[in-house]
Amino acid sequence: MNAVATTLRQSWVITLRDLKHWQREPWTPIFGIAFSVMLVLMFGFLMGGAIGLPGGGDYLPYLLPGIFALSMMFGIEATMSAVANDSKKGVTDRFRSLPISSAAVPLGRAGADLMNSAAELAVLMVGGFLIGWRATGSLGATVLAVVLLLWLRFAMLVLGVFLGLAFRGEGGVTAVQVLVWPVGFLSNVLVAPESMPAWLGAVAQWNPISATAAACRELFGNPTGITGGVLADHALLLAVLWPAALVLVFVPLTAHAYRRLSR
Amino acid sequence: MPVLPLVAHGLRKRYGDTLALDEFDLEVLPGSVHALLGPNGAGKSTAVNVFATLTRCDEGEVHVAGHDVRREPAAVRAAVGLVGQHAALDEVLFGGENLVMFGRLYGLSKAAARERADELLRTFGLSDAADRKVSTYSGGMRRRLDIAAGLIRRPALLFLDEPTTGLDPRARNEVWQAVRRIVDAGTTVLLTTQYLDEADQLADRITVMDAGRVVAEGTAQELKRRVGGDRVLVTAPAHADLDRLAAVLGGVGDPELRQVTVEAGPGGGASALTAAVRALDAAGVEAEDILLRRPTLDEVFLHLTAAHPAPVSSRPEGAHR
Repeated sequence: MNAVATTLRQSWVITLRDLKHWQREPWTPIFGIAFSVMLVLMFGFLMGGAIGLPGGGDYLPYLLPGIFALSMMFGIEATMSAVANDSKKGVTDRFRSLPISSAAVPLGRAGADLMNSAAELAVLMVGGFLIGWRATGSLGATVLAVVLLLWLRFAMLVLGVFLGLAFRGEGGVTAVQVLVWPVGFLSNVLVAPESMPAWLGAVAQWNPISATAAACRELFGNPTGITGGVLADHALLLAVLWPAALVLVFVPLTAHAYRRLSR
Repeated sequence: MPVLPLVAHGLRKRYGDTLALDEFDLEVLPGSVHALLGPNGAGKSTAVNVFATLTRCDEGEVHVAGHDVRREPAAVRAAVGLVGQHAALDEVLFGGENLVMFGRLYGLSKAAARERADELLRTFGLSDAADRKVSTYSGGMRRRLDIAAGLIRRPALLFLDEPTTGLDPRARNEVWQAVRRIVDAGTTVLLTTQYLDEADQLADRITVMDAGRVVAEGTAQELKRRVGGDRVLVTAPAHADLDRLAAVLGGVGDPELRQVTVEAGPGGGASALTAAVRALDAAGVEAEDILLRRPTLDEVFLHLTAAHPAPVSSRPEGAHR
């Protein structure tokens, strides 16, 4: 128990350090949020009029939960570049040379990134409310939806730490910054998979981010754009399992990459 | 027998086709400054990373402060401070905040970490810069802060990996002063360097390494002695007879420099110098200048490493980080 408390205390020191970065250089998180707001405006008003939903319903309330999920996924960039930057500068090596738990540094990162994402989510939800989005489900369902979003963020965080440690050159971060677009858009966050060619729609609905977005739409009481398929019945379950699978795979890989860092 | 700060025996570490460490042995004595001297790619950083538990070696044994790096890495980490090749600081945090953060990670309370940070900032002349972002620091200031961060827990052994690489002469002097202060306080230091004058200035003992192997070891004096003896250089006054001067001294004249070189015999430089002065006196010959020249470490270094040319494919130092 004592070891756990010590690890948490060490993680907290790292979390405070990461939070201080945003306090000193607030443009990074501000642009992150502004970017999501821009996506809402672009798709909600610029293109939304041309986008129809299978099963009916307005596009804006369909879009918002999708953007929530997308912004959780895009958080992977911030995590990865912060981790890659630390390893490149030698800061990670110094942490590794200290008598601290090897879990403390990634856990501290996780704490800071989750707080940042929670704040981003709050801004997006308030912004969504202002342009007419409503969560009409119960309070419990709404809270559950937020938890599922942060759960997706946590999985992306683990993946981001791993990628940051494993591919810390400039190229690695850039590759991820490009790849999140097709991976993020090939889902149900912006348009319903049922409106896509059948094979593409099948891929899109098996995207982990689709499960989270679909589950949130259900829980918020927003239109889901779903008339059938795996997400019609199992969105909630998949929104729990997909991130869990990612965490289970990448936590050991991350620990491995951290230990082998200076090979 | 007291526990040595560091004992390494038979280390071997392979990166692909390159042996970064090859049958590498090292002993560091308590309270000393030990320099690992070698060219880029000699394996210095690899050795330090193995000692600091950051890298595992393929073969061999290392004990740091009596702890096996493989079996008791946590105990080793608690006993050492590592100052890596690149200033491993948080650029966005203030200088003082960096030290407090590392202090907190070492388990100090907030107040104790702050107190220790202030103390170190004072020691390294950084008090005025304590509340500035590290990104505004000069190279020398960064290095000093970096070294201070390695000293928070008063380690038994401090690793300094190329502490002055890339610094201008003034900053280098600042870092040298900082290192001397650490040594005066009783900390044992293992430093790596590719600068001979740095090893000469700071180190009690020097291990010369090349291509992962120990090429020579000893004090600076001992190493210099290995490449040959001292020489007495006598400069003739203008219009003086250089040949006569050479004959009197029993040395070799160089008309261009108007200088006679006398190789010191087994008696060493001092007796050769005395003998030269006596000979000049007895013959009634004037000299414009007379000096005793010992071989520089540069000569030693080139002499020692020339026998072991580095493999062409060797990885540049730092590529493994």
